[in-house]
Amino acid sequence: MNAVGRFPESLPALADSPLAVRGLSASYGGKPAVIDADVTIVPGTLSAIVGPNGAGKSTLMKAVLGLVPRQTGDVTVFGQPLTRMRHRLAYVPQRASVDWDFPVRVLDVAMMGLHRELGLLGRVRPHHRARAEAALDRTGTLDLARRQIGQLSGGQQQRVFLARALAQGADLFLLDEPFAGVDAATEATIMSVLKSLRDEGKSVVCVHHDLSTVADYFDRLLLLNRRVLAEGPVDLVLTDRNLQATYGGRLSVAQLAAIR
Amino acid sequence: MSAFLDALLLRTGYNAALVSVGAMLLGLAAGAAGTFMVLRKRALVADAMAHATLPGVALAFLAMVGLGGEGRALWGLMVGAAGTALLGLLAVDRLTARTRLPEDAAIGAVLSVTFGAGVVLLTVIQTMSAGQQAGLEGFLLGSTAGMLRADALTIAAGGLVAGAVIWVLRRPMTIVAFDEGFATATGIDVVRVDRIGMILVLFVTVAGLRIVGIVLVVALLIIPAVAARFWTDRTSVMFWVAALIGGLSGWLGTALSAAAPGLPAGPLVVLVAATIFALSLFLAPRRGVVARAVAARSSSGRLDPSEAARWIALRHMEPTSPLIDEDDGRTPLSALLPPDRLAALDRGPV
Amino acid sequence: MGTEFVQLSLSPILIGICAAVACALPGNFLLLRRQALLGDAVSHVVLPGIVVGFLLTGTVSAGPMMLGAMASALLAVLLIETVRRLGRVEPGAAMGTVFTSMFAAGVLLLETTGASGVHLDVEHALMGNLESLIWFDATGWGSLLDPAALAALPPELFRMALAMTAAILFLAVLRRPLVASTFDEGFARATGQRPSLLSLGLVALSAASAVTAFQAVGAIIVIAMFVVPPATARLLTDRLWTQVGLSAVIAALAAILGYVLAGYGPLWLGGQHSVSAAGMIAVVSGLGLLLAAAFGPRRHRREALPEA
Repeated sequence: MNAVGRFPESLPALADSPLAVRGLSASYGGKPAVIDADVTIVPGTLSAIVGPNGAGKSTLMKAVLGLVPRQTGDVTVFGQPLTRMRHRLAYVPQRASVDWDFPVRVLDVAMMGLHRELGLLGRVRPHHRARAEAALDRTGTLDLARRQIGQLSGGQQQRVFLARALAQGADLFLLDEPFAGVDAATEATIMSVLKSLRDEGKSVVCVHHDLSTVADYFDRLLLLNRRVLAEGPVDLVLTDRNLQATYGGRLSVAQLAAIR
Repeated sequence: MSAFLDALLLRTGYNAALVSVGAMLLGLAAGAAGTFMVLRKRALVADAMAHATLPGVALAFLAMVGLGGEGRALWGLMVGAAGTALLGLLAVDRLTARTRLPEDAAIGAVLSVTFGAGVVLLTVIQTMSAGQQAGLEGFLLGSTAGMLRADALTIAAGGLVAGAVIWVLRRPMTIVAFDEGFATATGIDVVRVDRIGMILVLFVTVAGLRIVGIVLVVALLIIPAVAARFWTDRTSVMFWVAALIGGLSGWLGTALSAAAPGLPAGPLVVLVAATIFALSLFLAPRRGVVARAVAARSSSGRLDPSEAARWIALRHMEPTSPLIDEDDGRTPLSALLPPDRLAALDRGPV
Repeated sequence: MGTEFVQLSLSPILIGICAAVACALPGNFLLLRRQALLGDAVSHVVLPGIVVGFLLTGTVSAGPMMLGAMASALLAVLLIETVRRLGRVEPGAAMGTVFTSMFAAGVLLLETTGASGVHLDVEHALMGNLESLIWFDATGWGSLLDPAALAALPPELFRMALAMTAAILFLAVLRRPLVASTFDEGFARATGQRPSLLSLGLVALSAASAVTAFQAVGAIIVIAMFVVPPATARLLTDRLWTQVGLSAVIAALAAILGYVLAGYGPLWLGGQHSVSAAGMIAVVSGLGLLLAAAFGPRRHRREALPEA
């Protein structure tokens, strides 16, 4: 394949991988944004998708989910087509995509995570509510449950979105820039929740832009600049050569030194 | 006044009572369908659809006359109306999706052109049936005069069906309107939900033509939903409140019209809704203008330095927080944030 | 042909052209500013204004009714803004709430005060009556040189010509700030211009055009000409002033073709009576838009060019 750094490690068989992408290309606003991308997520790991602005990180995630059309490529989730595995997958979109004056309370947002289970006519029973509340509790937002969503700070909103994903009871979590525009306390809370998910054997994938925290936060790293330039364990992928290939020499020596 | 009371209590005869009940059910459905439409920020698409019904009504009339009928059967006119309204909706969607025109321009273009075509057809009908009143003018502003029992039942049934479908789909509709990306990711077919939502709006529009009229039926969809937003922060409640306001407007409006037969029903229904909207805008708790003014007054005056410092800390630590828009120099952050967040702000950046 | 044409058709066609152009010109900027439905809103809300103007003065003369309509249009713009800000209501919904309520109030006022018996009626206002604006005193093309006959031209013609001239002058004088603030309001403000004042001016001009045209030719032509010719021109060119010019040409063509088709089309088809000219003008413009949407060289949305 065209990736610069692919590592001779034992990747899971495709059927076991929580998320396997082969040859995915997608365009955004008429221009190619992701070209021929292969991704293999290893179960029970925290993975980051990292690259410069405009590298197609969010587009890759959205194309995987079918939010933007794929031109080519296959996506399997736990060895099956995505449409049959949506119940095992949870997605946390970028915060910016939402109208915050919308008439929903925090608890209503968390309850949205139970939509697949409730279906159209299912009644909301106490155990459903309890699960939504537990999810809010885990992200430290339970005491805000009765507030309208717009009355929260950015970090709190992000935690509520994470709670909605938790309430889904999924095995694979896809998060688009979960740390963008949030305060330090929220970043720490989100990270501890993600690590505990990993420790429960679930798989987490984040679109991420902060190179300085990648090594601390994640187990595996995928470097993307329209093409996948490297994929593997974070300590093996995070090399000067890979980063320069990804960022096109835009990183200074000092910046590189700060990363490791 | 007593005539109005009689009409309110459905004592003006079986037919008039039926019309009131029909208008009430129609208003219920309109409030609920309008809630989805307003939350989806497509409020005025319905106006294009409403105006696009006119050529359909005229064509259906011509077709029924051509087939030897009288041309005034409401169901037939409604089928014609629904046909061209659907074409109007498709035209708005196509123009928006396939060309560079923004949605408001597409709405304006479709609305005026289809209405123009309808007026041309109306003049054809006028000259054709010289002398014989076609009675289609009633569709412009709505009227309850001379409505048949079958007409009222048709409208009531339409309102009931639309209301039931919305009740079934309220959850996916809420999720789609709030967060499209999440909706798709959990497997909701956004395009299909949108399509069903707009079909319901079309359904209500067509059912409402006879009573409220082409020019004003969009108001029965928009105003109850907009008014309902003032009373609640929850979509599930908003659907009900909007339905209630819509039903009340339909009932009171047609009762007024029954008490004063010279007045067209549509404007009366709309003005009842508009009155409820104005009351909501000013008097609703929390979101109403008065409540907000009182809240602002009770926290008027300059902030003490420690509260001001919290705002500064917030701006540093969460520069993108939507709360920053709330900083009016008077509201203390302690009124907006829970204690743990305040403590974090007081500690300052980590 | 000559005499009859000059008597019956010349002045409606001219009035139609002036009304169409007067609405289409400001329509270009409303379209680019996402206010395309302003013409629609204004032509609904002038009804209560006209009725109040009539009730206060008791005459159907143009002056007071025009003042009432103008005041009512500005009140509507103010109310929409108030509902939007005070109620945090989304712009489309705020507009829908205000213009339907005001129109409903206008209809009721008309029906309850008996004003409808005199001269005003709602259908008339909606559909217009371009065909009635004939030049009774004309005896042929020669009348164009006869001062006495010219003085008997329908007063709507002079008012519409004035409105069109005002629109042209407004755009000509303010062309640079108008373009700057339409494209990038923040930048315009930063360079010391007054975009909000300009916005208000544009709205006032649009309201004036709409009110004048509404009185002369009815709501349909107003609503259609504010949106359809600018939208059509937008699909034909990327250059702003070419678009403005094209929209004026398209509007004038629609007025001429629509009037002729409405007046003579049914006769060609063997019919006896003409059909609504206002409706036909809207339909003709709609056909133009359809052609532009299918074949216009600039019909597609422009995407940002790929980097490198």
